[in-house]
Amino acid sequence: MVGIVVVSHSEAAAEGIAEVATEMGGDARIVPAGGGPDGDVGTVAPDIEAAIREADDGDGVVVLVDLGSAVMNAEIAIEAVEDEIDARIADAPVLEGALNAAVAAASGSATVETVLEKAEEARDYRKLD
Amino acid sequence: MADATEQTAVVLEAVGAITERLEAEKEHLTDLDSAIGDADHGANMARGFAAARDQTADMEDADPADVVKTVGTALISEVGGASGPLYGGSIMSASSELAGGLDEAATVAFAEAYLEKLQDRGDARVGDKTMVDALVPAVHTYKKSIEEDDLPPLTALSKAVDAAERGVEFTVPLRAKKGRASYLGWRSVGHQDPGATSTLYILEELLDVAADHLEGEIDRDATSPTIPDDEPEEE
Repeated sequence: MVGIVVVSHSEAAAEGIAEVATEMGGDARIVPAGGGPDGDVGTVAPDIEAAIREADDGDGVVVLVDLGSAVMNAEIAIEAVEDEIDARIADAPVLEGALNAAVAAASGSATVETVLEKAEEARDYRKLD
Repeated sequence: MADATEQTAVVLEAVGAITERLEAEKEHLTDLDSAIGDADHGANMARGFAAARDQTADMEDADPADVVKTVGTALISEVGGASGPLYGGSIMSASSELAGGLDEAATVAFAEAYLEKLQDRGDARVGDKTMVDALVPAVHTYKKSIEEDDLPPLTALSKAVDAAERGVEFTVPLRAKKGRASYLGWRSVGHQDPGATSTLYILEELLDVAADHLEGEIDRDATSPTIPDDEPEEE
């Protein structure tokens, strides 16, 4: 099954988003990676790398990120595992993207590509009208 | 410079000097960052380099490139914020340019590789009010001074420091287009960029350490004439 990693500057936010996505995604493997080196606000590449390794069962991982350093640290984490794991960053809002990815990953025929595509559909979601 | 062990000793000395400088400037960097960012740049950089110093402390016998690489990985893990992947990722990636030792050509290659990786990762250009504004003039001045003007490395580095200083001043009147400050829009105008400032501090410490080990003159003027006038003068 395709794994999902949720990266946020806040540990609580990453866990909360993973919680919401898990409720929708049933069996999906969703691992949060949030917070800076001292548990402060920030992101840490090795923490994201560990989350990717935990989320992967051989089928690859889609990574949802919030902003700024989350993107750069996720890139470094993906470079560190690139010989072993097919991990990609979804260009999508972190919560809506994680939800979509969780639903897509739960489908039997899911691949990294289909989960990534579904996550990125969340870019166009509108909340009013 | 002489053999690998001596070069490693100089690299370790530089890491120590940078760590002390960033610790001393911690509050100043954080003040700059609290005006247009998230008020953590000073603490983040000081913590990152302290970790880099600790993790390289027993590497006297390692190759200089490996020491530099370890500095990069320490910064990635310990800085937090965008400066971790930007400084750490770029140092780690550029460290391979030093595999053959710290000669002039290798330091130019390192500087260029560092700049390229940093711009690739951060996607910032000159004028976006980021560390790139200090780094681009510094790297270009260093490369030109070595490759075109055939100046001694110490002179080249001192010109690069001057170029970085001008770059830092240049960030003050700009509106930020990248990084946390860009969320502030016009409110970012009138403030000096913290990342450009820490880049300057690091270059100043490199110059200081280099001055103790290299021959040559310190010439902190990036605009002073550097090309020997070999054309015949016109009447």
